[in-house]
Order: sequence, then C-alpha cells, then structure tokens
Amino acid sequence: MDKLKLGTCWLDGCSGCHMSLLDIDEGIVALLKKADIVFGPLVDAQRYPEGVDVALVEGAVSSQDDLKLAQTVRARSKVVVALGDCAVTSNVPSMRNGIPTRKLLERIYVEGASEKPGVPVDGVPPLLRQAVPLHEVVKVDLHVPGCPPKPNAILLVLSELLEGRKPDLGTKLRFG
Amino acid sequence: LTQKLKVRIDGEVIAASSGQTILEVARANNKYIPALCYMEGLSAVGACRLCMVEVSGVARLLPACTTPAQEGLAVTTSSPQLQSYRRIALELLFAERNHVCAVCVSSGHCELQTLAQDHGVTHVRYPYNYPRLQVDTSHQRYVLDHNRCVLCSRCVRACAEIEGAHVWDVASRGIQSRLVSELKRPWGEAKTCTSCGKCVQACPTGAMAEKGWGVEEMVKQKSVVSRLTSLRGGR
Repeated sequence: MDKLKLGTCWLDGCSGCHMSLLDIDEGIVALLKKADIVFGPLVDAQRYPEGVDVALVEGAVSSQDDLKLAQTVRARSKVVVALGDCAVTSNVPSMRNGIPTRKLLERIYVEGASEKPGVPVDGVPPLLRQAVPLHEVVKVDLHVPGCPPKPNAILLVLSELLEGRKPDLGTKLRFG
Repeated sequence: LTQKLKVRIDGEVIAASSGQTILEVARANNKYIPALCYMEGLSAVGACRLCMVEVSGVARLLPACTTPAQEGLAVTTSSPQLQSYRRIALELLFAERNHVCAVCVSSGHCELQTLAQDHGVTHVRYPYNYPRLQVDTSHQRYVLDHNRCVLCSRCVRACAEIEGAHVWDVASRGIQSRLVSELKRPWGEAKTCTSCGKCVQACPTGAMAEKGWGVEEMVKQKSVVSRLTSLRGGR
C-alpha cells in the first residue's frame, strides 16, 4: 500500500503547534510508517502537492499569502485540521483586529522605529484587514484547540485520521 | 413559613422547600446544571441563559436560577436541544469580545473556558466581533479588562449586596453594554470603592484580576463571597 501524505503549514502563529507536534517524540516513528510529511516547515518542499490526505494548519489567516496557502491546502487536501488556538479562534494574531492595518504598520515601523523608519512593502505579503480563524475562509474538517494543543492530542488526532477515522475529542480539549 | 415540596429532576423525586429555586434544589442534590451568572450568596438575575431547563407542561425553556421550585414540578436538566442552546450561548460569549485564553491571567481557572470545554465547544461558528475595548489599570491593586468581561454582573451584585458599596453597574444597552465604576469614572478614582476585592473574587473570567499575576496565575477565591452571605444567615 502506498504511504499516505501528510501536509503541515504555518500561517500567522508562533510555530508552537509545530513544536508540540515534534513533542510527540517516538510517536512520530509510527506515524511516519503510515505517512510521509510532504509539505511544511519541517520539510523542504516548496510547493504544496496535490492529493494530500491530511493537512494540519497552524496559525490565523492574517495576510494575502496566508489566504492563498489556506485555499491551496483546502483544494489539495482531503482532510483539513485547524491546529491550535490561532487557526481555531485567531487568538493572539487577532489582537490587532481593532486597529486599521495602515495605522498598525505605521505605529510599529515608523513611530516605533529607531532607525530607517518606513513600512516594508517589498517581499512581505499585504496584511488582511483582520486576522481570522481558518474556518472563516475555508471549510475545516476538524478543530483542535489549545495553545498549543497537547502532544498526545495531536498524536491521537493524527493516528485516528491516518486510519481513516474521525477522532472523538469529546471534552478533552480547551482553548488556551 | 417554608413548605416541604417534592419536585422531579431528571426523573428522580427530590425533596425541596418553598422559596428554593430549581438551581438551588439541583445543586443541593448533586444534579448538574451549568451556570455562569449565578453565584451562591448573591441574588439571581438569569442573565447568562446557560441554566435554561425544560419544565414539563411549559412550552418554553426556563432559567433554573430564577424559577422557584413548585410542588410536582418535573425538570429536565440536559437534552440535545438544551446542549445545543447552551453551546450557542457560550459561542456567542466568545464571539462578542476578545477572550484570548492563551494570554489570560485566568486561563486554567476560568469558568467560561471550563464551560466551553465541558460543552465540547472546539470552535466558534459565528464571526468574531473584535471590538476595541479598554483595559482599566487605574486601580492600585486590581485591573479590569473589558475584553474578557461577559457582563454576568456578579461583581455588581457582590459589591452592592455584600460589600454594600455599589461601585459597579452596567451602562448602555445591548452590544454597547459596559461595566462601569461609579458614573464611568476610572476604577482607581472611584471614591466609593473600598478596595475589598470581592468583585475580583466573584468574577468568573479574567476580566477582573489582581495586579501582578501572569498568564494562568490568577486563582479566584469564590468561596470568600459565598461564605460571607452564609455567615450572615443568608441576609
């Protein structure tokens, strides 16, 4: 049997969810017997491939690039998981949402700059008006809250999904 | 004169006294009905709608915290419909303000967070409101973060009914409702505040906290407020 494909991606988050994924320790050996990680910050791939079985998405949707990647992930993956509070609730990235983006960038890069003041435009994606949860822009199949979600929760989710089952999270997980 | 009554909660016949509410009878008999704005020792206001129960013969749902027990009343505390409504109420509380649990002093000790977990709220189906709200740090010892306030009014009642100072009130209407000290004076300048901190201990979320605590460090002493009432014989 061919191995399954597991994609992960990192939108507007701190990478803590990916750290928690790595914290499943030896659990990853069993997972990698069933699936290959085909995209994400843990591997080298530059393009999100077609036919991904399970996608883990960390982070809120905050910029044009986040939005584009979220849409690509949705289009090319069978199961999309919102991993962690940023993807689930928009969490800390949303704390800027009450401030217009131009004001926000000027406050940081002009008023807050000690040298070379100026809002960066080259090589950085434009911000969306607000950072939003993943399910506001694409359909999400499973929400895994937590900041970050506990490693054993991630392991349970991945083990079940790679077996083709939907994990029963019941009341195991909380925000924060 | 209090009369002895018999009510039925989830099929079980339970002895109660007249004057008790459905919620009080349920709690005294280890029957779980969720609630957020209810607090033992304070008057009940029926604001949070989490304690809604089904009462046989009544077409609409009733809040357990303000409905008096009556002879022969048959109450259902949990059903798919009730669970669904409670989930909606909780999700709307999260959507209304900026409850960023990850960076909250009360995370891990928060009643809203725990209720969400107990009800299997893994995400909020409604668009978030993202209001821009103030954090009042003017008081020497305490802080009020409107981002985390659910308007349960437990602080208002603790201050008015137990401390007798009535510093707090809820101003404006609907989505604009805000907790205010005195007539919208900063908390630190409120002349009637005795700095007793009962409001802080009564607050179910991280909206009110003692200064100086970090994320997950603020543990509330709810029993302080409830015990004071029982020491005074319920007055």
